[in-house]
Amino acid sequence: MTALLERETAPDEARQPVRGGITGTLFKVVLLGLVAGIAVWAAFPLIADGAWLGLAILLATTAGLFYLYLTPRHVPLKYLVPGTLFLVVFQLFPVLYTAATAFTNFGDGHRGDKQDAVVAIQTSSVIRVPGSIEYALTVATTGDPATGPLTFLVTDPATRTVSAGTLDGLEPLPAGAATVNASGRVTAAAGYTVLNGGQASARSQEITDLAVPTAGGAIRSQGLSRAYEGKAARAYDAVCDCIRDTATGKTWAADEEIGAFVAADGERLAQGWRVGVGLSNFTRLLSDSAISGPFATTLVWNLFFAIASTGGTFVLGLACALAMHTPRMRGRGVYRLLLVLPYAMPSFAMLLVWRDMFNTDFGLINNLFGLEVDWFGTPGAARVAVILVQLWLGYPYMFLVATGALQAIPAELSEASRLDGASPWQSLRQVTLPLLMIALTPLLISSFAYNFNNFNAIYLTTEGAPFPVDNPLNGATDLLITYTYRLAFGGSGAQYGFAAAVSIFIFLIVAIISIVSFRRTRAQEEVYS
Amino acid sequence: MRIRTSGVVLTAIALTLVASGCGGGGEEPKTSASAKADGATGKLVIWGDDKRAAALKPFAEKFGSENGVTVEVQAISKDQQTTFVTASQQGSGPDVMIGAHDWIGNLVQNGAIDPVQLTTEQQAGLAPNALKAVTFNGQVFGVPYATESLALIRNTKLAPEAPATIEDLVKSGKKLKADKKASEILCLQVGQNGDAYHSYPLFSSGGGYLFGTNAAGDYDKNDLGVGKPESIAAFEKIRKLGEKGEGALKRSITGENSIATFAAGKCAYLVSGPWAITDAKKANIAYDISPVPAFAGGEPAQPFLGVQSFYVAAKGKNKALAQEFVTNYVTTPDVAVALYQAEPRPPVLTAAFDQVKGTDPDLAKWIEAAKNAAPLPAIPEMATVWDPFGKAEAAVIGGADPKTALTAAAKTISGQIK
Repeated sequence: MTALLERETAPDEARQPVRGGITGTLFKVVLLGLVAGIAVWAAFPLIADGAWLGLAILLATTAGLFYLYLTPRHVPLKYLVPGTLFLVVFQLFPVLYTAATAFTNFGDGHRGDKQDAVVAIQTSSVIRVPGSIEYALTVATTGDPATGPLTFLVTDPATRTVSAGTLDGLEPLPAGAATVNASGRVTAAAGYTVLNGGQASARSQEITDLAVPTAGGAIRSQGLSRAYEGKAARAYDAVCDCIRDTATGKTWAADEEIGAFVAADGERLAQGWRVGVGLSNFTRLLSDSAISGPFATTLVWNLFFAIASTGGTFVLGLACALAMHTPRMRGRGVYRLLLVLPYAMPSFAMLLVWRDMFNTDFGLINNLFGLEVDWFGTPGAARVAVILVQLWLGYPYMFLVATGALQAIPAELSEASRLDGASPWQSLRQVTLPLLMIALTPLLISSFAYNFNNFNAIYLTTEGAPFPVDNPLNGATDLLITYTYRLAFGGSGAQYGFAAAVSIFIFLIVAIISIVSFRRTRAQEEVYS
Repeated sequence: MRIRTSGVVLTAIALTLVASGCGGGGEEPKTSASAKADGATGKLVIWGDDKRAAALKPFAEKFGSENGVTVEVQAISKDQQTTFVTASQQGSGPDVMIGAHDWIGNLVQNGAIDPVQLTTEQQAGLAPNALKAVTFNGQVFGVPYATESLALIRNTKLAPEAPATIEDLVKSGKKLKADKKASEILCLQVGQNGDAYHSYPLFSSGGGYLFGTNAAGDYDKNDLGVGKPESIAAFEKIRKLGEKGEGALKRSITGENSIATFAAGKCAYLVSGPWAITDAKKANIAYDISPVPAFAGGEPAQPFLGVQSFYVAAKGKNKALAQEFVTNYVTTPDVAVALYQAEPRPPVLTAAFDQVKGTDPDLAKWIEAAKNAAPLPAIPEMATVWDPFGKAEAAVIGGADPKTALTAAAKTISGQIK
């Protein structure tokens, strides 16, 4: 994207005439029309939700774009805006969202708001009144099928008497006023319009919400053909901001700090809500010894893994590239093809294949070489194994970029050094390599950053194994990212807030390493150029 | 000209993205707006995995035409539970969800499902252990339709008699190995990081337990059994079967190779569920199914009982219709039989079971194997157990000290229970 932008802001191209004839105008009309269409399409749901801020942003953006592309002025801006929008949508927005999540308890049991939790607690506590009648239900109305007030026509299966239930209560119908079929449901009733399946399902929400008050609780629908008398065992009391059990009188008070209803004896209800928890996700990371202790060892292995993967693949890839660069080498095309083959395979499938190849009893490696190595069972062997896999998967990439870079270095340079009496090794070390490094260092840094967070490489092969006997949380081959994943999702369900906090930490570590490396590259460039 | 065009194209793309980006916050309204539209036409959306969705389709359509509504069955091929919870929360979830009963705790704490009210008559028609499995905090949260549990699947050519105890099994397996008729004593998947589900029959036979039960018979999160002496004693027995002992349990036998090894005739015994039968049949293995044997003088070996259920989504757009479908339609034998035919797990509905048991001799054997089964704990806290428990198992099978391994696992688990 950067390359695109650079090309577009190149001065000689930007100086071309702004007006581009009829095709250009047509294009402009079509695309701005599309913009308007999208804006209208996006506006409706925003209005329906009352998201006025979102709507304002939408309107401002659309108006701004129209102004920008209709006016002949602000030419540089015309080229900058698309990129900026991309940046906002793909970079800024996710980063801000992650950062905001890190300060909440968002996760399983704390997903929605308090209102959601109260509704969930109340509905899941509705129980059938013991010994009450299981009614056959017919949904009817006294008015229009689509809008008229709803009535539950309920039939007592034992006596086959029909009653009409509304918000005001249950009212028995006079005998003979309703026709009842074999299953006990009312097919017709004087003064009522019986709703069919489609009509009833269109008013699903109203039917679910209708509770006909009775002495023991309320008659509620269970589907469209049955009703039962039930009562909510737990109800929210706004006065004490608590949940009260109607049978036992026990109360659970709302705790806004942790986002849950907690009783005096410490029992908390499962349905909680999302609240801001300040820095507690971050302090947990630092203060919990079960987490921060292994964090340090994992960080060391993580650095080693990233360096070994990047360095190893680079050395191997470069060696292959140099070998292929020699003009005397025969059949280079075939070798090149073979070399890039691993690169052409989907890495996640290859990782699973490698995992099976390292199996102690059934794996290809032990069988082929007659070994009895417990590959993923001992820390040293497991670490060697994952790095071997990384080497195999990663060196074709390094080979490709090194080949490209080598071809870009003028052959005269090494020839000149040879004429000056340098050995091939000296020429490589003092002429070719430094020039190569200028081109490749940024790639090595990005490869390092990638391997630093190479989740697949570990998760699909060892899953972090082997684990020390006394700690199932942190394995010998765990990277920070797999370790984080286990902390956040592996154990007690999803903990997005905590995971977001850890990923911010990882981001900071990678960012610091990258900044330092780039600084050093720049210094290097100054020396050699 | 060229540049200008590409600039405008970029703008359009960017705008689309901005619109969808703004819509990121406004995704909920979008669906709630369409919810009204869906409600007006009367639409029921059902989610299940691929096999079940396919089996359910004809019945869903029948239900739809009977009630004058449209029914849409959508197959969710991966991570059904997470997808369902996330989608429900965003308001884009289904009305009916199909899944295993051990999801219930998590679904309830996230407010994703509603309890269902079954009549006494409907409840009486279901297998009691399945009904108990879907009961959580005294409420029935799903309508069960099929069960699954582990059993001992035996290659009758290699081992004509079902072993009475684990010790007998090991003896017979070792003999087969010595005679070069088999390469493994027992195919029970362990893997590098253990497998709590498959090891549970041995663990329970050794006397161990995961969660105690309270007065009502529900699992009690405050009584964690993992680090208790009974569980450690059970793991002592498991260690003796492991790599440093008899060699019957090995970490090299994993979920990927256990069934394949059995189907290749390389081991006489396999501990697995109904899903393994397809492969055994394909490989033309003469097999028999019997309950997982217990240790000599030990407790009975209890496998976990998993129950597949239908749930009413709490945030569905058409709850009345969903309840009608789940409680009054799915409980009919025809639907249960069709689902059995999609995947051969014993139906929970007694009427449906009676209908198919004559055609499938394995069914009665699965039921027999599940007679002692313990319902998989549905409490949300169970999520914290799987991983540490499995790792302790793998370590002990590799020869580690059971007490150290289980104490560490218990500490990790209790640290995560709120």
